[in-house]
Amino acid sequence: MAERRLMTGNEAVALAAFHAGTRFASAYPGTPSTEILENFSRYEGVYAEWAPNEKVSLEAAIGACLGGVRSLAAMKHVGLNVAADPWFTAPYIGVSRGLVVVSADDPEMHSSQNEQDNRYYAKAAKVPMLEPADSQEAYDLTRVAFEMSERFDTPVLMRMTTRVCHSRSIVEPGEPETVAAIPYEKDSTKRVMIPGHARMRHPVMVRRLDELERFSEEFGWQRVEDGRDGAGVVTSGVAYQYVKEAFGDVGILKLAMTNPLPSRLITDFCSRYEDIYVVEELEPFLQEAVAALGFKPKGKESVPRVGELNVDNVRAAFPELSEVEPPEVRRVQGIPARPPILCAGCPHRGIMYILARLKAIIAGDIGCYTLSVLPPLSAHDCQVCMGASITMGHGLEKALELAQGEDGYEGPGSHRVVSVLGDSTFFHSGVTGLMEMAYNNGRYTVVILDNRTTAMTGFQHHPGTGITLQEDESSMVDMEMLARSLGIKNVRVVDPYDLEECRRVLTEEMNRDAPSVVISRRECVLKVRDREPVYYQVMQGVCNECGLCMGIACPALVKRGEEILILPDSCTGCGVCAQVCKHEAIEPVRQ
Amino acid sequence: MHIEGMATVSENVRTRSVVMAGVGGQGTITAANILANALILHGYDVKTSEVHGMAQRGGSVISMVRFGESVASPLVPYGGAEAMVATELLEALRNLYYLAPEGRLICSRARVDPLPVLQGAVSYPEDAEQRIGELAPGSIVVDAVGIAAEAGDKRAANTVLLGILSTSLPVSEGEWLSVIERLVKAKALESNRNAFLEGRRLAQEA
Ligand code: SF4
Ligand code: SF4
Repeated sequence: MAERRLMTGNEAVALAAFHAGTRFASAYPGTPSTEILENFSRYEGVYAEWAPNEKVSLEAAIGACLGGVRSLAAMKHVGLNVAADPWFTAPYIGVSRGLVVVSADDPEMHSSQNEQDNRYYAKAAKVPMLEPADSQEAYDLTRVAFEMSERFDTPVLMRMTTRVCHSRSIVEPGEPETVAAIPYEKDSTKRVMIPGHARMRHPVMVRRLDELERFSEEFGWQRVEDGRDGAGVVTSGVAYQYVKEAFGDVGILKLAMTNPLPSRLITDFCSRYEDIYVVEELEPFLQEAVAALGFKPKGKESVPRVGELNVDNVRAAFPELSEVEPPEVRRVQGIPARPPILCAGCPHRGIMYILARLKAIIAGDIGCYTLSVLPPLSAHDCQVCMGASITMGHGLEKALELAQGEDGYEGPGSHRVVSVLGDSTFFHSGVTGLMEMAYNNGRYTVVILDNRTTAMTGFQHHPGTGITLQEDESSMVDMEMLARSLGIKNVRVVDPYDLEECRRVLTEEMNRDAPSVVISRRECVLKVRDREPVYYQVMQGVCNECGLCMGIACPALVKRGEEILILPDSCTGCGVCAQVCKHEAIEPVRQ
Repeated sequence: MHIEGMATVSENVRTRSVVMAGVGGQGTITAANILANALILHGYDVKTSEVHGMAQRGGSVISMVRFGESVASPLVPYGGAEAMVATELLEALRNLYYLAPEGRLICSRARVDPLPVLQGAVSYPEDAEQRIGELAPGSIVVDAVGIAAEAGDKRAANTVLLGILSTSLPVSEGEWLSVIERLVKAKALESNRNAFLEGRRLAQEA
């Protein structure tokens, strides 16, 4: 028997999947879900992969479960948007061996572009959903999820949140099981969703939902904790922990399975209390269900609907339930904010600086480079989701072109439109955008920041690095050839540390009346092992403190009083600042 | 129906908390993990919370460690930390609201300029250390990087701070060292051991 261990929720899901005999797992990295696959891949005898995107990973997992082995797909909340197409039809065809999908939501948007509540996805697709509240539950419920999946012939959603994924707590793992593969058998009426078949399958799903609701009523993990008289709280996930700590011995209905909800259990619980409270993160998902059963729960009128919960805001929402006075706290005002920033020597810095200087209208994307939206680089104009840079750029360019055709138009010209995205994002969902540009006669410029990794999520490989999750060599996509084969004739590669080259090539391509791709290629500085033994220094006396170099926002370049200087320990020797300086006041020093 | 192993109110009150505040890339997650494992070895229930993703690119980061008989929330309530370890001066001030009124602040005398300071939009408060002293009486501010360098590797600065922290926690020196041995890579072990012991000695002398 395995020992008690301190594990993150993500590690616990990975271990549980392994112990449940899961053989196949696929994911695209995304905070806060990334470590699930990284950990799972280290176990003996499993197959694990980075897929180019979440749709691909879910489809591969569906195939693998039909192929007869337990399978897992893990993604961040917005990843399920990408995978929504297979997500809604997978429950029609059901499973052979179990299929579990993990959605890691990010309330507070610690590292995300929105804070959508993916519980609605379970409801919308009629998929059962489990919500763990700590690592032990993440472990236990993952194992339950596989059993449920096979028993009810459906995928199961494990809905996690940042504070479950990235908090550590003690896990006592169970016994590992060996699960034999189910020999493949053809079953096309069940698995080929032509309308005639799908019409037969949908009623099956509806009946299944009824069975699942009965299961949810009896499910041992739905927990009633008796408390003092008067008030009862309905909650789920990590919110339960905050309720526990804020309100002490209040009566609690802690739901571990939140789709389908156990109506009878909720009714029984709520009937016993005069005042019903619902405490949940993000949307009033439970609150609406409790209200629909005829109760008048207190919830989102007081509990924040935006951002994540904690003991303090839960207590503040319902002070009448708390017996503890919150302590006095010292809030220090006027502390300069510390937003994230591109690393010293980051290869994105130079080219983003030049793009901003060229007054490009930048349709951006998701990755470290998005940080260049902040002043002083102030580079981006818009950004929505993975891959949208190229396609939004397409629409922008067409619109500006149409506008330019109007009399008296005074806005910017369409040639200024530039789409910027990273290599991993390009393979995730930029390729179809490039097809759109080539096929529909786009004449703007796409810049691919090829830093040879998925940096933001912790340096994962992707099809462009040609190395797998297990660090094995594999086939590598040739970005230039791919772009050319899609019909883009102007494909050029620049070194983002060479500002003159960047400026020249970008100016040419932005003014060209044809689609172009500029690949800015240099490895992420945090991945570079053998650095040039060089750092730069500001020659005091030559430097006239004009501050131009400060415009690149390098954390190694600091202003102390009037003096500008470079911190030798932080400087990576990229030389970008020296090229920006007009007075030749920044010079390399060999170490 | 009371569930076995569930916390009661009185136990929850007894949940203790330490907050580690710093700048993304300074290694607060690793330090918090060492602390959490030492507390587990000592027999506590432990929960931690950490930040991954975008903030790790030089933003403000905070790791939390909670321990006791049975811990519920992974997040520390405001004013609930008995100790805060800060690897940077501004981050100590920024996160002071987590520290209990009588809490102990242990801070590295390190300055990392945030973006608005780099830009020259605002200046780094030169009186940061002095304000820490005023706002958190009894705080310990040390040159952790310098002490670590003397112990063999400046990258062991956080371990110096852990050494100082160790004197106010009921975990034995042996327990600490065995966790450090287990979690620190072999080639950095010697310097981390020394850094820890040096921090511990400093605090015991103070
Ligand atoms: S991790 Fe790499 S890509 Fe991201 S900001 Fe740092 S250097 Fe740039
Ligand atoms: S050379 Fe200049 S821009 Fe590059 S890391 Fe050093 S200080 Fe920063």
